[in-house]
Amino acid sequence: MPRRLIGLALAGLAFALPLQAQEVTTFTLDNGMEAVVIENHRAPVAVHMVWYRVGAADEPPGSSGIAHFLEHLMFKGTDDRASGELSGLVELNGGSDNAFTSWDFTAYFQRVAADRLDLMMELEADRMRDLQMTEQDVLTERDVILEERSQRVDNDPGGLFSEQRRAAQYMNHPYGVPIIGWRHEMEELSQDDALDFYRRYYAPNNAILIVAGDVDPDEVRALAEQHYGPLEPSPGLVARTRPAEPPQLAERRVMFSDPRVSQPYVMRTYLTPERDSGAQETAAALTYLADILGGSGATSFMGRKLQFETQTAIYTAAFYDGTSLDDTTFGLVVVPSEGVSLADAEAAMDQVLEDFVTEGIDDAQFERIKFQIRAQEIYAQDDIQGLARRYGQGLTSGLTVADIQAWPEVLDAVTKEDVMAVAAEIFDERRAVTGWLMQDEAEEVMQ
Amino acid sequence: MMRLIWVAVAAITLALPARAAVDIKEVTSPGGITAWLVEEHSIPFVALEIRFKGGASLDAPGKRGAINLMTGLLEEGAGDLDARQFAARAEELAARFSFDVYDDTMMISASVLTENRGEALGLLRSALIEPRFDEDAVERVRAQVLSIIGSDATDPNEIADMTFNQIAFGDHPYGSSLNGTLESVAALTRDDVVAAKDRLMARDRIYVAAVGDITADELGALLDDLLGALPETGAKLPDRAEVGLTGGVTVVPFDTPQSVVMFGHEGIERFDDDFFPAFVLNQVLGGGGFSSRLMAEVRKARGLTYGIGSYLVPMDHAELYLGQFASGNNRVSEAIDVVRAEWAKAATEGLTEEELERAKTFLTGAYPLRFDGNATIAGILAGMQSEGLPIEYIETRNQQIEAVTLEDIQRVATRLLRPDDLRFVVVGQPEGLEGDGL
Repeated sequence: MPRRLIGLALAGLAFALPLQAQEVTTFTLDNGMEAVVIENHRAPVAVHMVWYRVGAADEPPGSSGIAHFLEHLMFKGTDDRASGELSGLVELNGGSDNAFTSWDFTAYFQRVAADRLDLMMELEADRMRDLQMTEQDVLTERDVILEERSQRVDNDPGGLFSEQRRAAQYMNHPYGVPIIGWRHEMEELSQDDALDFYRRYYAPNNAILIVAGDVDPDEVRALAEQHYGPLEPSPGLVARTRPAEPPQLAERRVMFSDPRVSQPYVMRTYLTPERDSGAQETAAALTYLADILGGSGATSFMGRKLQFETQTAIYTAAFYDGTSLDDTTFGLVVVPSEGVSLADAEAAMDQVLEDFVTEGIDDAQFERIKFQIRAQEIYAQDDIQGLARRYGQGLTSGLTVADIQAWPEVLDAVTKEDVMAVAAEIFDERRAVTGWLMQDEAEEVMQ
Repeated sequence: MMRLIWVAVAAITLALPARAAVDIKEVTSPGGITAWLVEEHSIPFVALEIRFKGGASLDAPGKRGAINLMTGLLEEGAGDLDARQFAARAEELAARFSFDVYDDTMMISASVLTENRGEALGLLRSALIEPRFDEDAVERVRAQVLSIIGSDATDPNEIADMTFNQIAFGDHPYGSSLNGTLESVAALTRDDVVAAKDRLMARDRIYVAAVGDITADELGALLDDLLGALPETGAKLPDRAEVGLTGGVTVVPFDTPQSVVMFGHEGIERFDDDFFPAFVLNQVLGGGGFSSRLMAEVRKARGLTYGIGSYLVPMDHAELYLGQFASGNNRVSEAIDVVRAEWAKAATEGLTEEELERAKTFLTGAYPLRFDGNATIAGILAGMQSEGLPIEYIETRNQQIEAVTLEDIQRVATRLLRPDDLRFVVVGQPEGLEGDGL
């Protein structure tokens, strides 16, 4: 094991992969657009991505979901292209395209034969400044994102639970607002909201071009200058400063019941530092801490205590993803065995953290993790799109190319003492949200 | 987050992208085990893919869930190592193993570093040949499976899937969840798990692919050691399944804001002469995601769903043509009407010349782009073997797409698309929609 487990939203949170030193070239256009080219000549394929330094955490208050809504509307056409024409052209060239929105970024990508890069840049550059749409397009697409919210969140108690916990975790910072948006605000989003957001943030001086695959950096640069070079920068873009968290002084608890829950669990997150440019050491130690405490059910500290030495839990995990512009979270989850109450599961989680401080880190486990991190650098080369994504995510999260390339060495330098030091620092209940997901509150209290 | 879109532009003909650049060798070990190999020495690891045909459908009568439980136990202790020692050893070697089982196939994927390949594959061998199935491990994994079964019972997507399969296949293994039921899994013993392994994991139904930093000689030499000790034969493969679907609507009441819908009728065999026309037809009707007719009508024109797709599902013992989507309880009835109308329109009118050409251009252009990573290619090669496709298939596949004509499409549309036979399973509180009690 672990098997497909119980609908916990843990994907992508487990362990940030480091990067092997790749053939990476960078340049910046005169209008401020940055570019990263990652060469990989194994297959005649190129991945073309444009990442904007804007995401859901940059939305105006009251317009939650507008960053993601705009992402949908970016496929509606421009002054030169009809609605849907971009995806049609990508498809006619055997390519695939898509887009994604997070709190810190919005990104668009196409995966095509490497000799189609020219057309991809033409299309992507066209919609950076010249988006057009009809009112009807906007209204129908709003229905689509409302259905998307139903599918991702409202139809899934785990999704609702996660939303409620996050809102409690961030008291002031917009990371507490869901990317998809709160339904009552999504229902009011308008074309003007989308276009205001678009005009302000979609510009070369707020964008990063990433091209990975069977390409030549000089040719990429020439194409970028041709297509993206003429675009006007957006005036008045300032540093991304979001409302910061005040000191968090009170432990928070989220008790969520839903009849659709079959498997209860307890999940706790602690407000935690992220990777900072030039100072990634704390985040690197936290990455180890997550792996040591809850990386594998069979070998982690929490798995050993709760799944093997006792049968308190059927599943445990710890997770931390340090790639974030502002403070992120470190999470723990315990899925109790049949007959174990959530109160007992939470008490067991607390006991594990206490024991960890006294027992410390097993030497053999630490060495295994270190070796695995080195091995990740080898396996990561098999996934060119994954490498491209790491640069995009890093660069939109306040890191530099140098930071991203230094990350494997920073990870490699972590010591057991570093890990114990961050553990002593972050496990403070005043900065934590503890959530119980239950089918029926009364039932749980009686146990 | 993803979004999808419909397009209507003039057809543009463009040169095709490069052909898939994979050079496959067939390697046979001294002991007679065959594998397909692509050598790729640029990264110091190899991806290995092993498949056992039969999958969870080989559960013995009354032992539903045994093969799934067994699959979960393969990495929970083997040879001299208990579960924790096994996991620690895999971590020490940075070897990646995954064990999964589906209705027709067990899939084992391994990625191992060149620097410790022998030790890593020794560990994998131990999991395949001498798993321990310790009692405490059985109980631990059983508890996990029971939790999943419980969760599936209140998940609208799983309810739709299970209900549809039950209606389609009844008592055939395809008709029930491979996880088993709370009762059947609770009753499984260690002996059942041991028996389940021998039913499935035998040399007469094994398919192997390797891609990466390994030579043909090296691969040939290790296959016997890795797999040679498996039993020669396993249980008889399941019988052909009768598809018992009839047209109509099944409503499963479930208190959730958005109804989940699965729909479909009988499909077409993988080796039917009309399979490729059917594949291209579906690409336009509901495959391909971004530009299908169903996406155009249900999502883009009306905003009734976030996503809708349809799929040809040729299994080993039956064929289905399936689709799925989710719509708000107050809108799902309208969405079903649109699906029926599109099905009927395609059945009578087929496709336009432009749609056919666009689909062919996309399918032939996209195919070579799939072959871009060791693990990905190994998966494709193992899948081809278990489907019974020849090694030359990669070279000829695009020609088969190119050869599809409008007449082929019309013929297969008339034969395959039967709007009155569509069964819709709707899980939710759909408004204005009556089930027919099936």
